[in-house]
Amino acid sequence: MSYSVPRLAEERDTDFMPQGEGRFSGWSLWEVFIRQRRGMSHVHAGSLHAPDAEMALQSARDVYTRRGEGISLWVVRSSDITASDASDADSLFEPTGDKPYREATFYQVPAEVKWL
Amino acid sequence: MVVTGTSEGGADRLAGVPGSSLFRYVLYHADDNLILAQRLAEWISRAHDLEEDIALANIALDLLGRARMLLAYAAQLEGKGRSEDDLAMFRSEREFTNLLLVEQPNGDFAHTMVRQFFFDAYQLGLWKSLIRSADSPLAAIAGKAIKETRYHLRHSSHWLVRLGAGTTESRRRTQRAIDGLWRFVPEMFEPDEVSDPLADAGIGACPNRLQPAWDLCVQDTFSTAGLLLPDDPFSRSGGRSGFHTEHLGYLLAEMQWMQRSYPGMQW
Repeated sequence: MSYSVPRLAEERDTDFMPQGEGRFSGWSLWEVFIRQRRGMSHVHAGSLHAPDAEMALQSARDVYTRRGEGISLWVVRSSDITASDASDADSLFEPTGDKPYREATFYQVPAEVKWL
Repeated sequence: MVVTGTSEGGADRLAGVPGSSLFRYVLYHADDNLILAQRLAEWISRAHDLEEDIALANIALDLLGRARMLLAYAAQLEGKGRSEDDLAMFRSEREFTNLLLVEQPNGDFAHTMVRQFFFDAYQLGLWKSLIRSADSPLAAIAGKAIKETRYHLRHSSHWLVRLGAGTTESRRRTQRAIDGLWRFVPEMFEPDEVSDPLADAGIGACPNRLQPAWDLCVQDTFSTAGLLLPDDPFSRSGGRSGFHTEHLGYLLAEMQWMQRSYPGMQW
């Protein structure tokens, strides 16, 4: 048995939809990055929904920097991020596990080197 | 002519201005911010998305914060032992001196944003002027408020552009809100017995002189948004002298009932 929500006769969903496509059509997901202090990198803080970059920035300010968390914000459309596939983790990241010579601590500093 | 019971040297500052003027002037702006904060708080949990819900609550808190600073200062100027809470919770409708604009009900989101945009543009001009006030506490409050107001105006003006240039429905609702609220605009720039003498004394802002910048800001935003300036000459005023629309009483009843029922209650 299906049930439909009662509504006023003249009221249609499309009245409230941009181009009749859906309530949040044109709204995309944005990733928010915050720089905490000068000299530090922007760090991912979370995400939010917004219809455009300007509103994403304003919402990011309101949602993520209410308690003095940062001095600079980036917003990036989530769809613009190319992410690595979790199933590729083995081939991408594991091979570094047995290559300690890539770590600075692998090398002994010769006694002659004084100012390192 | 004694201004206050405090040691701020108010009488010197206010040479040539009636004693209670600064108190009343500070109260005007405290009330504007307090009442609009209460209105915006009615949106909490009802906005169209989480992000905007938080944005509206943030703005409400900014307005409440400056209302508190102004009320505390007013209480000190009055010097009769009343606190900021007394001024907020134990004055009746006729004693509130806010603009009629800020007490208007929220309506739909477009209506709330138009009201906010009109008020933000007004307050930006006001703080810009008060930041140079000869009264240093008032100038300090203006200095803090102006940064917040710049952000509020950015938020509300961008929404006006989005709604005006959005769908047929959003444009229709926004224009309807503009046409409905336009009658409360002239009151913001009306000369009054308190503001004008204080402006002459270098302490307050002359309401009339705030209008040109406001007009420019509104025309600019409206033309970007494709919205129309109404030419309806009908206007309402009276808020500064305590004559309000029917809506304020209900708002105060909700805001004050707890302190009225349980005076001095804390939580």
